[in-house]
Amino acid sequence: MRRRWSTYALLTAGLVLVVLPFVWTVLTSFKPETEIRRDPPAFLPLEWTLANYDLLLAKMNIGQVFLNSLIVAVAVVAGNLLFCSMVGYAFAKLSFRWKNAVFALVLVQMTVPAIVVMIPQFVLVAKIGLVNTFLGIILPGLVTPLGVFLMRQFIMDIPDELIHAARVDGAREFRIFFTIVLPLCKPALATLGLITFLGSWNNFLWPAVVAQSEDLYTLPVALAIFSGYQGTQYGLLIAGAVVVVLPILTLFVFLQRYFIQGIASTGIK
Amino acid sequence: MTVRERTPLLRGPRGTLRRTGVAWIFVTPFVVMFAVFWAGPLLAGLGMSFTDMRSTDVRDPLGVNLVGVENYLRLFDDELMRQAALNTLVFVVTALPLTLALGLAAALALNSGIARLPAAFFRLGYYLPHITSIIGIAVAWRFLLEPDAGPVNQVLGAVGIDGPSWLADESLALPVIIVMTAWRSFGFDMVVFLAALQGIPRELYEAAEVDGAGRWDRFRSVTLPMLRPVLLFCTVYSSIGFTQFLEEPLVMTRGGPAGATTSASLAIYNEFGSGNYGYAGAAATVLFTVIVALAVLQFRVGRSR
Repeated sequence: MRRRWSTYALLTAGLVLVVLPFVWTVLTSFKPETEIRRDPPAFLPLEWTLANYDLLLAKMNIGQVFLNSLIVAVAVVAGNLLFCSMVGYAFAKLSFRWKNAVFALVLVQMTVPAIVVMIPQFVLVAKIGLVNTFLGIILPGLVTPLGVFLMRQFIMDIPDELIHAARVDGAREFRIFFTIVLPLCKPALATLGLITFLGSWNNFLWPAVVAQSEDLYTLPVALAIFSGYQGTQYGLLIAGAVVVVLPILTLFVFLQRYFIQGIASTGIK
Repeated sequence: MTVRERTPLLRGPRGTLRRTGVAWIFVTPFVVMFAVFWAGPLLAGLGMSFTDMRSTDVRDPLGVNLVGVENYLRLFDDELMRQAALNTLVFVVTALPLTLALGLAAALALNSGIARLPAAFFRLGYYLPHITSIIGIAVAWRFLLEPDAGPVNQVLGAVGIDGPSWLADESLALPVIIVMTAWRSFGFDMVVFLAALQGIPRELYEAAEVDGAGRWDRFRSVTLPMLRPVLLFCTVYSSIGFTQFLEEPLVMTRGGPAGATTSASLAIYNEFGSGNYGYAGAAATVLFTVIVALAVLQFRVGRSR
């Protein structure tokens, strides 16, 4: 019993160390700039203010930037939901020539680091005139190998008999896919949607390379650039960090089941 | 990993042909994207690394000059590149065990008979940093560690310790980023370990107990061997990710002070920013080779034991 209590104490101490920086950051974003530099610091703001967020609206055009992040994320999620489940279906339930070779490509793409292909990708996007466009930011992320893997794994568990019965009834593959397979995939699609939303929302490198004018910046890009030349305006930067982090934290708290399922189904198998 | 084939209904030349055609329509989106955005660029990057291509050559990428292995030779003479390689190595070999150990410790603690509800609560909290934007985290930590106004030094000051300028100190900046990375990443390993721990059959522990094994013996002879596959997975996964670290130094230190936190990826990113595409391509090729070699090596070692 005593051991149990010491475990709880250690776990709680760990939790404080993990969560405190978040709490501190959120609280700081509501302090006026002068109070942020106050010594000794006050945990709760002595004077609650939205001044930092007003500044963010004025200087970083945060409304537009937030919307850009959202547009990119929604497009990427939509693409992945459709394409990854199509590809996953083919791998799980259809037979075709070069199947194993194509599947090997999925695994290859999983291991290629973004930084390695970044420059040639950029040259390509520049050649086809997509630099500084939403399409340029979105296009390479429309089918992610992790998503293909996840959907293949899930669709493999759907009983073959369901699909065979439909084939015997004369249904075409596309019809089977859209009316039988996709509706059964709802839990996997929820997980996939969340994972790709998260990936897109937090993605920095590629949007930073493609978006070259302020009206296309996504949140991480705008924040990184801002911290580069407004390095000491902490109120502004901290508020920006909260705007990047908070939507994801909220999603996670309510939908954590799907996040954890995602890891379990891709990581363990 | 092999693709399972179940094709009882698809026998016969006509059937197979028809299915083949339809299946290809399903995989075409992936194949086209792979060819255009990965296979092509991977080869182009390799080719680029043997040329003197610069950002001004984008209009006419084929009009560049071949320079052979000159970029690669320059790479090994470049003081900053050598330091970036060393920093990356130090980062990976310290952050990796730290993250794994923290993840394992948290998973073991959560699996040691803690009630369900608090366990879920702790798991939620520990996993939080992993899913949040690195850029956002880096901005927040830069503030927390700010020498005068940052709460870390203010708290240290309150107990009479004069806190250092964490990120401006050549010997402290990289360790700080390492600790922050472990802080951010261990929750992922924890979730993976926890799932694996819960899959270990109880009988194994009972049998070990009957044989008179103590707590440490049971950990060493039951838990660790059963965790080997996920340990290997987390090691490979994290080292691939850690080898590419970039955003943390970019936001927190811009690779400084005096290059002390410049990572291989950040150096490549900066060369790209300066327009040296050929040179950056050579560095990227070396990085990719190292990452692939590392993964293969880890699989060899992890499987053979």
